[in-house]
Amino acid sequence: MNNQQYQQLVHNTTPKSPLLKDCISAFLFGGSICCFGELLKMLFTNIGLNEDEVKLAVPVTLIVITAILTATGTFAKIAKHAGAGTAVPITGFANSVVSPAVEFSAEGKILGTGAKMFNLAGPVIVYGCSAASLYGLIYYLFLK
Amino acid sequence: MPQRTGKYTIELKNTPSIIGYAAVVGKKEAEGPLGQYFDKAYNDAFFGEKTFEKAETKMQKMTIETAVKKSELSKNDIQIAFAGDLLNQCIGSSFDMRDLGFCFAGLYGACSTMALSLALAGIFVDSGAAKTALAAASSHFCSAERQYRFPLEYGGQRSPASQWTVTGAGAAVVAEKRENTPKIEKVIIGSVRDLGITDVNNMGAAMAPAAAQTIGDFLKDTQTKPEDYDLILTGDLGSTGSALLEELMRKEYCTDISAVHKDCGTMVFDLEKQDVHSGGSGCGCSASVVCSYILGRLKSKELNKVLFVGTGALLSPTSSMQKESTPGIAHGVVLTA
Repeated sequence: MNNQQYQQLVHNTTPKSPLLKDCISAFLFGGSICCFGELLKMLFTNIGLNEDEVKLAVPVTLIVITAILTATGTFAKIAKHAGAGTAVPITGFANSVVSPAVEFSAEGKILGTGAKMFNLAGPVIVYGCSAASLYGLIYYLFLK
Repeated sequence: MPQRTGKYTIELKNTPSIIGYAAVVGKKEAEGPLGQYFDKAYNDAFFGEKTFEKAETKMQKMTIETAVKKSELSKNDIQIAFAGDLLNQCIGSSFDMRDLGFCFAGLYGACSTMALSLALAGIFVDSGAAKTALAAASSHFCSAERQYRFPLEYGGQRSPASQWTVTGAGAAVVAEKRENTPKIEKVIIGSVRDLGITDVNNMGAAMAPAAAQTIGDFLKDTQTKPEDYDLILTGDLGSTGSALLEELMRKEYCTDISAVHKDCGTMVFDLEKQDVHSGGSGCGCSASVVCSYILGRLKSKELNKVLFVGTGALLSPTSSMQKESTPGIAHGVVLTA
């Protein structure tokens, strides 16, 4: 059997991810997190924070909650069902920083936690910052 | 003396015996369908140690000590040890050998290591190069995950073809032929086969072609049929890889093995209830199943002839990041009652 024939056999034999179910749970979990974010926004506005402070307080709260859930081993259990629902919002980013930080503490504070903390989130930061700088440059040169 | 039969198979003329064997596993494996057959099980993933790597070393060491004890030998009687694991530079094995003090040949055959170590121990004893040899292999879910995939608490979804690394170790003491013990009759050292699988979440698909080749070559060399065996037992193909192997055997060798084929990866866990998708994997998968349930049934003569084929996916985190496909390997051992 050659490679191409085998790839076809593997394609036919391997069970597929339940895409519709995954999309629905991602929508429900992701939507719930966003609704919770809105709730936090209302709460922080009501207690008298100004707009800039609210914009800071909401993500920080979500990050802290995720960090606690990650450290207690709960986040991965929720994410197993939520998929993109917990990965796409800021919760996914927070989890991808906290989980290696916890995991690699065995290798020490510097070369373990410190070095491996951004193993997963690193690319998001690098390309996120690059895209933001590029967009800023375009805005500065042509649109301002 | 070992003698080559056909093109690839080696016949062990003196049929060395497996005089002692043991398996130690983690909590999830103990809760699986074969839970009652393991010698020891630990609820603590750390096995009382500080890191998962130390836990794996302790688990393997404990398994070896139990196997030696059950063979009614002392540590000094073991003339050579063949052992391996999945950790970088095989530290799971070499670090327990630091304490055990055996003459040690470290092996890396990925998840085929138990079959490879049994084959080499068998050849050593059969040839007279050693009176007693030890074969062992281990894997640990947590140490393997952090090396090959993501941190344990990373929130991701596993694909349906993915497998769950078994936390377990198996060890067997091989010695000159004795009555009423399982014996090693033949071995076959496989060659690497790669049909271009790049999906690291489908290791069964990467290993199945190598397993088909080893089984096909072996049946041809020995002029036997699947029906001549009570069981053709593959290491850790999982449900996806098992289906692929049976299909490859039909297409490439015109042989139907489905009536006698089982896979340790689908035996060690309840795939649905324990949520392990395609099944168990890792060196510890076949090691713990063979060195408990299978050798036990051979000893009690419920099974008489088993072709055990350990399967390994020879990838590394570096090779998969560099977009290399995953080569597979499979080694076979014929175990008789």
